[in-house]
Amino acid sequence: MIRLAALLMLLALPAKAEEIVLGLSRDEVAITATFEGSEILIFGAIKRDAPAPDDEDLGVIVTVAGPDEPVTVRKKDRRLGIWVNTESVDVDVAPTFYAVATNRPLAEILTFTEDLNTRISTQRAIRSVGATIENAESFTRALIRIRAGQGLYQTLPTGVLVEEETLFRTLIPLPANLTEGDYKAEIYLTRGRQIVDLYTTVIPVKKVGLERWLYNLAHDNAFLYGLMSLSIAIAAGWGASAIFTVLRR
Amino acid sequence: MQIYLPIAEVSVNAFLLLGLGGIVGILSGMFGVGGGFLMTPLLFFIGIPPAVAVATEANQIVASSFSGVLAHLKRKTVDLKMGTVLLVGGLVGSGLGIILFNYLKALGQVELLVQLCYVIFLGMIGTLMFFESLKAIRKSNKAGGSPAPTRRKHNWVHNLPFKMKFRVSGLYISVIPPLLVGVSVGVLAAIMGVGGGFIMVPAMIYLLGMPTKVVVGTSLFQIIFVTAFTTMLHATTNYTVDVVLAVLLLVGGVVGAQIGTRIGVRMKAEQLRIWLAIMVLAVCGKLAFDLLVTPTELYSLGAGGH
Repeated sequence: MIRLAALLMLLALPAKAEEIVLGLSRDEVAITATFEGSEILIFGAIKRDAPAPDDEDLGVIVTVAGPDEPVTVRKKDRRLGIWVNTESVDVDVAPTFYAVATNRPLAEILTFTEDLNTRISTQRAIRSVGATIENAESFTRALIRIRAGQGLYQTLPTGVLVEEETLFRTLIPLPANLTEGDYKAEIYLTRGRQIVDLYTTVIPVKKVGLERWLYNLAHDNAFLYGLMSLSIAIAAGWGASAIFTVLRR
Repeated sequence: MQIYLPIAEVSVNAFLLLGLGGIVGILSGMFGVGGGFLMTPLLFFIGIPPAVAVATEANQIVASSFSGVLAHLKRKTVDLKMGTVLLVGGLVGSGLGIILFNYLKALGQVELLVQLCYVIFLGMIGTLMFFESLKAIRKSNKAGGSPAPTRRKHNWVHNLPFKMKFRVSGLYISVIPPLLVGVSVGVLAAIMGVGGGFIMVPAMIYLLGMPTKVVVGTSLFQIIFVTAFTTMLHATTNYTVDVVLAVLLLVGGVVGAQIGTRIGVRMKAEQLRIWLAIMVLAVCGKLAFDLLVTPTELYSLGAGGH
């Protein structure tokens, strides 16, 4: 009797028709001394109670965002014949890394309003609230352009591979100039350009071993670190001199 | 072999850094310049964040200067007394320079100021040195290859009070000019993020009238202490000294400095000066070119927040 009631209640709830089940190729990214960049394989499946609706297109969007940091974008102008920084825009929030991978171009699987709300596209992920300058848009575009050139901002319009409307996977390349922190991975499922499900997970990116130790020492014991750097320099200078003296004999 | 730098947070080729260190080290040993005015722009170019490049470069200069000064000490071409006087001025100057630097940073035009400083000073010194050395070479060629005897020039410098005897340099002059040279080099060094040898060497030759042979060792001696002071300031206030980057640069640097010192001894003083002049002018020309030509990317990114 209780079971039947429970079942009825379950049926009455507006249950999600489609849900994301996720897997990651790695739980964290370790930055070692020989770190040359890396990649994360994000894969998963779409769990459904009913057969897949075939009237509306399926969209899978995967975003990976590094820690947010404010950035100042400066523009050069010619003054008295030389190129000088003149105008600048402070971008309050800009992820240090941002990748958007989709199974089809973003505009085809997400409405403008949904993008505005969820801040999925790179332009929306960057926020400059206090920008009072005219044409501030060109500054954020420049920010995206420069970071894209460094491999830090990526738009992968066909980066997500969907098989049989159920399985999906994507490979996000991580460049070598990665900033430490918690990287947020978000997977959106859309139907008819509307979001139907969201899955969020965190991938920590951190320095390990010698890198970790040096970084901590530099920040926690700055004086000691400075003295250590100087001693290494003096020792190396003396060492080279001594070796060359021996070699000359 | 790629290596990840823990403070700079970028991955670079280890052999590239060793090579850069070596080349700059050779020049450092030959001319008695720290090499910072070459290395710092080179580090920017390979993608090291400017703040880290400037701070780490100071640390690397300590190593190459120390290596160079040992070679000069053995040859007794270091005027320790003159070096100490210059150093006192230098420490005062770099303190003042850092205050000035932070003030200009608040105004937001520090990058331009640094570039203009480079262009103006490198241009002036390079041109002066170039023509002077050219004249000296012509003169010595006319005299049948033997260098002209050094004349004691008497100018205003010799009429100042607080005279001191600098035996190694063979000078009996007031301490005021070397102190002032030290201070002004210190100020410029702090602003430009370099040791300041390329300014000090000509100042010692033309302003103080020191013999070229002693100038290089004495300049290196002073640079060690000023850059060590700068390194500590950067390490404790900005946390921008990257020891991994420094080690790679200085391994190449110290070896290069030893080789450079030996090359320098074999070359004639006039030749040495003309080559230094050409190098200084080349760097100046490159920087001036960057200021005048339309950049490919008009925008640049900086750390946010004021």
